[in-house]
Amino acid sequence: MNTVVLLTLTGLGLAALYFLVASGLSLVFGLADVLNFAHGLFLGVGAYATWWASGNLPGAGPDGFGFVLAVVFGVLAGSLVAVLVELVLIRPLYSRTIEQVLVTVGLSLAGVALLQATWGADPRPFPRPDWSRGVTSVLGAQVPNAGLLLIVAAAVVLGALLAFLRWTRYGLIIRAGVENREMVTALGIDVRKAFTLVFAIGGAAAALAGALGGVYFGTVSPGQGGSLLIFAFIVVVIGGMGSVVGSAYAAVAVGLLQQFVNYYGTSGLGDLCVVGLLAVVLLLRPQGLAGKVAHA
Amino acid sequence: MTEVKSAEAPAPPAAVPDELTPGRARWHGLRPYLPLVALVVAAILPYSTLHLPGIFEGPLNSPGTLQLLAICLVFGGLAAGYDLLFGRTGMLSFGHALYFAAGVYGTDILVTKAGLPLWQAGVLTVIGGTTLAALLGAVALRTVGIAFAMVTLAFAQVGAILVARDFGGLTGGEEGLPLDVSGLPSALVGVTNTVNLYWLALAYLAIVVLVVHRVSGSPTGRVLAGLRDDERRIGVLGLDPYRFKLVAFTLAGGLASAGGVVYVLIVGGASPHITSSELTLSLLVMVVLGGPGTRWGPVLGGVLYMYLDHRLTAFGSSEAVNSLPAFLSHPLSQPLFVLGTVFILAVYFFPGGLASLRSRLAPLLTAIRRSR
Amino acid sequence: MVEPVLSVADLSVRIAGLHILQGVSFEVAPTGVTVLLGRNGVGKTTTLRAIVGLTPRGGEVRGSVRMGARSLLARPTHRLVRDGLGYVPEDRCVFAALTVAENLRLAERRGVTPAYDKVFALFPELERRGRQRAGSLSGGQQQMLAIGRVLLNDNRLLLVDEPTKGLAPKVVTEVAEVLERVAESVPVLLVEQNLAVVRRLATDAVVLSAGKVAWTGDAQELLLETALTKSLLGVGSAEVHS
Repeated sequence: MNTVVLLTLTGLGLAALYFLVASGLSLVFGLADVLNFAHGLFLGVGAYATWWASGNLPGAGPDGFGFVLAVVFGVLAGSLVAVLVELVLIRPLYSRTIEQVLVTVGLSLAGVALLQATWGADPRPFPRPDWSRGVTSVLGAQVPNAGLLLIVAAAVVLGALLAFLRWTRYGLIIRAGVENREMVTALGIDVRKAFTLVFAIGGAAAALAGALGGVYFGTVSPGQGGSLLIFAFIVVVIGGMGSVVGSAYAAVAVGLLQQFVNYYGTSGLGDLCVVGLLAVVLLLRPQGLAGKVAHA
Repeated sequence: MTEVKSAEAPAPPAAVPDELTPGRARWHGLRPYLPLVALVVAAILPYSTLHLPGIFEGPLNSPGTLQLLAICLVFGGLAAGYDLLFGRTGMLSFGHALYFAAGVYGTDILVTKAGLPLWQAGVLTVIGGTTLAALLGAVALRTVGIAFAMVTLAFAQVGAILVARDFGGLTGGEEGLPLDVSGLPSALVGVTNTVNLYWLALAYLAIVVLVVHRVSGSPTGRVLAGLRDDERRIGVLGLDPYRFKLVAFTLAGGLASAGGVVYVLIVGGASPHITSSELTLSLLVMVVLGGPGTRWGPVLGGVLYMYLDHRLTAFGSSEAVNSLPAFLSHPLSQPLFVLGTVFILAVYFFPGGLASLRSRLAPLLTAIRRSR
Repeated sequence: MVEPVLSVADLSVRIAGLHILQGVSFEVAPTGVTVLLGRNGVGKTTTLRAIVGLTPRGGEVRGSVRMGARSLLARPTHRLVRDGLGYVPEDRCVFAALTVAENLRLAERRGVTPAYDKVFALFPELERRGRQRAGSLSGGQQQMLAIGRVLLNDNRLLLVDEPTKGLAPKVVTEVAEVLERVAESVPVLLVEQNLAVVRRLATDAVVLSAGKVAWTGDAQELLLETALTKSLLGVGSAEVHS
């Protein structure tokens, strides 16, 4: 029983990480048709900016309010980089999908190399509050606090995203744009502003994943984003591109499947099962779970 | 978006209007033999003791230089094979590394763990890699466009996981698996025999270029080009896009695994980084830099990319770079930073890649000549 | 001659190597309904989409389209629409996952009071079904929504693409009635296959054939000339007079 609770909660922690990365990817792809390979870079920027801030930013630190400030700084940095990427690199190639993918590929290579050039290839210890190293007893299982922090953060982000999409003007534009971008412009709306916005949101969520992932893993390294990104891609495809709720469900499914199979089966088998799940989903519904894939 | 389109890809280099410039007729007559000449020059290169300081560390026939050149040639071939998918059929696969890795690890395991003779291991591996590509392609090609990219990426990820987790102790996990050379033909072993590996790599490249050339010139190749330009039109003609795409996918996979067989001999072992998605991304970069859908563009892109990838490390630690301020010298010492940046610039400013440079420069050259 | 609200001159559109429009010129009168006719695939929808700036990527548009003194080509779609070019696309294109109210809210513009009273007077159903998902509406209701959201703002010209396509005969009549009332206050450029609807609404007609304008003039006159309609539109006299 304890094991099941522990596995469930660590699985959900992993799911939270996937969701934070995947939700932005999904929105960017759903609205702008950009398959963003540079999304892992936003995560890396968030992690390193948080790490840098806790050591150098006045008022920020590894604990208490200082830590919150460092994370806020990291999230803002990730968001800023995402906006710059959209404005400078993606926007000039508007609706030229393949070139956009190519540019994000180049950016993912160059960006990670830049992080590596600046802070070295080796993992660096991540500043983390003392309480995040501890465990909390949940139904008899000793669950790492950092995992719980991830779950709470992802839940908050999910709630905030849904509220934003449901009740704001831009949320309305994004939902409509995922369905039919052309028709949004035919109603007199400049949909490109919404592109910038989804990049900002996606960058912020990925940067948060970077910061909290740093707390969870205890280290930060330039390539961290890349390995997470592939599973985030899988989550996006399973959940349906453009759907935040779909990403949440798929993230939970992938996180739990991975954790349980890796524990009860051989280590690594869970990762394979996730890919198997993807193949099954795509074979049963070649158009994908959401309509977007159909015209992709 | 329905399918990958390399709309920006220029016409093949043959379309450069040479005949428009007078006095080039003789040159024009020689052109068909040019590949052959290049092949001969490349083949006798190891007999040269030419020393090119700055470009190579030792003379041309030194083992270090020959190994680097051999790696470059293998990747030229790999890029040309990948272009069969991306540039010529318009399929954006993010999992090509899998078939290359299958070639590398397949040969390595069969030789080192199963003790098979090299030729048997090589043949079995290529058959296995081709079959793998046919099976996975049959599944992945049920999707199109970005979904196809995702599925191939995921399949390749399985390969990466299998290798990294070292199931059954076959792959050596993170450590990699050094090739057991005791059972290999002696001509392929040892530093002094690097030249034979170089020739092997050159032969591989020549075969890939020949195959890709023959395929794209055949009726099948014209259907593939049709698929790239507009898949619906092929469907209207009553041809089944799926079958043609599967043929291209299988062929490209087989060529990649053959490249893996050669590569494992050159570097003397397998390491897990060749299974990473980064390798596929590099192939994409090579093809786009060189010029997708052209005969020599991808080869050139692949050779140049690998050369730069190896040499930029030396360049990065050179005096010239080290004397720069830190904010410049650090990024410049990262080959991937330089290559990634060059790649992004190429997407913006040279959509046709290196192969288009000549046709792009042609008007300029004509203008210069006229102004004289 | 009154100043036309829209003048199209020598409009050519090439998409994926196909020369769909080959120098189309016509004018839209500042009042009434100008109908764009022609056989299937002749380029009627392509014309409307070129006017509103929605030619697919890779497509090539040449010629000129002017609304008053302003040239429309090369300006982004959202600006044209904000300047008073209302567009009701083929197949309605309402946002299926959004509610009716949200579909309407999307068309609101900053600084402009949306004319909900006018829209709800024309389409009382839209007010009643505000919370329903647009995807679950019937075809006729979706068409009402597609027209209604455009009418929330003032328009100088409406482009309406096959509003009665795939609708039941009774609903066709309803849509025609609505368009008749709309056309009292704003000029309409209409693409329509249903000749009964054309007869009821159209004042002027432009007939396209093989990417060119084959006939322009009074719509009612065109419909009287059975032989002409038959050769231009490929329909029999029975259909014309039904």
